[in-house]
Amino acid sequence: MSIPATNSKTGHLSRRQLLVMSASGAALSALPFRAHAQEENDLKTLKKELFGDREIKKGKVSVTMPPISENGNSVPFEFEVESPMIDDDHVTRAVILSPINPEPLIADYGFTPASGKAAVATRIRLAGSQNVEVIAEMSDGTLWMGSEQTLVTLAACVIG
Amino acid sequence: MPTIRLSIPESARKNEVIEIKAMIQHPMETGYRRGMKGEVIERDLIKFFKCTYNDKLIFSSEFFPGIAANPFLTFYAKAEETGELNFSWTDQNGVRWNETRTLTVT
Repeated sequence: MSIPATNSKTGHLSRRQLLVMSASGAALSALPFRAHAQEENDLKTLKKELFGDREIKKGKVSVTMPPISENGNSVPFEFEVESPMIDDDHVTRAVILSPINPEPLIADYGFTPASGKAAVATRIRLAGSQNVEVIAEMSDGTLWMGSEQTLVTLAACVIG
Repeated sequence: MPTIRLSIPESARKNEVIEIKAMIQHPMETGYRRGMKGEVIERDLIKFFKCTYNDKLIFSSEFFPGIAANPFLTFYAKAEETGELNFSWTDQNGVRWNETRTLTVT
């Protein structure tokens, strides 16, 4: 969206230019809703890309997030995967996934037995209230999932 | 040079799992935001973080726009022997920032 040049004489925007701007602004604000319609698909496609058709079981992953997040730009997020973290049995990878954000993949972590513990705390951006998922991949190839719901009062995209 | 903050114990017992906190100052610009004139603010992200312990990889992370500004991480490492912990961040253009700390294992 380009902003029309201001009136050369007065340096102010004309009434017409203002109208055009507000109309295109309205069109812009309608965009997120259109994006929402496809997002489930995006997450599904992403899961397929990441893990193929392998079964994702619920369990072993515990996610901690505040029930209400006042600022979607920075939401404290923690997860821990239950694992002995030894050579034959450890977590190799964990991803944070969002069904609402413009990009469903939030972070991709790699672990080794030397990590000692497969747990991470970070701060994430959320574009709206949602159920954030963590999928962990074990050294034997099995996949485990945990999730947590949060209510976002001010989404990341609104306040920038 | 961005500010890097690290929190690591100076010493640990053998096989103790230690907690490490690492933060780097960075806007993590998503590329979705617009400026005052409606122009798109260009994407500027840190893409990778790596932590090695005596040159052995112990934890890695790939970042996306969903990570908040000033990316902060808490993770863990198993204290095996006295040695160097190296932390490196790489941005989307390949610029790298490094920090090193010594961990004494008793």
